[in-house]
Amino acid sequence: MLFYLTIILLCQLFGEALVTFFALPVPGPVIGMALMFVGLLIKGSVPDGLSVVGESLLSHMSLLFIPAGVGIMVNAELIQREFVPISVSLVISTLLCIAVTGLLMSWLTRNKSIGGYKE
Amino acid sequence: MQSMSSSLNALWNHLSDSPLLYLTLTLIAYQIGLFLYQKSGKKPLVNPVLIAIVLLVAVLLITGTPYDRYFQGAHFLHFLLGPATVALAIPLYRQFEKVRKSALAIAISLLTGSAVSAVSSVLIAWALGGSEQSFLSLAPKSVTTPVSMGITEALGGVPSLTAVLVIITGILGASLGPTVLNIVRVKSWAARGLAIGTAAHGLGTARKLQVNEEAGAFSGLAMGLNALATAILLPIVWYWIF
Repeated sequence: MLFYLTIILLCQLFGEALVTFFALPVPGPVIGMALMFVGLLIKGSVPDGLSVVGESLLSHMSLLFIPAGVGIMVNAELIQREFVPISVSLVISTLLCIAVTGLLMSWLTRNKSIGGYKE
Repeated sequence: MQSMSSSLNALWNHLSDSPLLYLTLTLIAYQIGLFLYQKSGKKPLVNPVLIAIVLLVAVLLITGTPYDRYFQGAHFLHFLLGPATVALAIPLYRQFEKVRKSALAIAISLLTGSAVSAVSSVLIAWALGGSEQSFLSLAPKSVTTPVSMGITEALGGVPSLTAVLVIITGILGASLGPTVLNIVRVKSWAARGLAIGTAAHGLGTARKLQVNEEAGAFSGLAMGLNALATAILLPIVWYWIF
């Protein structure tokens, strides 16, 4: 397990290095994800240990957003001042984006096999 | 009594200097959020992340703790976002066959969704009298935190405001997204995941992964691609318009 955690950190480290070196506009971890993906393609399967480490990182990924979210206390004043434009804009544009992307994708893939859903 | 309160003070000062206190508080707040979410019968609006944030802000305000000190303490959790993003390659790899078959559909849907998100957020805020600072911070709100903060900074917005808007967007998308998709009758897991990942980045993806791996894989892919697309296109479009 420790081995695969090291591999994950190495992917991220190489990602950060590439981003800095080539001044890419993408965050290091996204490049790290691409590197890990290429590694998996070469390997041809997901090793059990990697699966375990990945699962433990991903199963509570929402927890990891909390420290940045608490930063709302620093920006409370600006948000309060422009509460209506900011909140209406956030809600409508987010829901609109979801509806448009989902409809377009399901229309474009309408002839492919489509699984049911339960949510 | 005097010495009791001064020793309590010393204890507080000692604890509030170490990451242990803030990490523990964050985990407790999140678990209270999860507990209430389960108790409510998993109502989307009872969002565990939102509850945790409200509780933590209250604790910090009551104890007079500055945000910077909290963030330094809880920084380890924030750091783990990096490795978690790398680990998204695993569901993506497992679903690669399906992703490859619909590559063109993914590209078209994603670019359209990304443009809808950025353009509509700016237009709505502008129409309702928001300031330029807030448009600049709203435009990249669908993109995962480190990238969106970088974009806002480059455009002259407020990065810490962007981080907050990105997280609120993620909570909105994760909690209300499934209902919206039900209303417009989008049924395939691939389309549902792609839509949530495009609009609500990692927070949306985290929720999708708990529901279905295929949806999670498409969501994680959309999150990565949208980061790339927005980071490249938004600054170009912005300078072209203004």
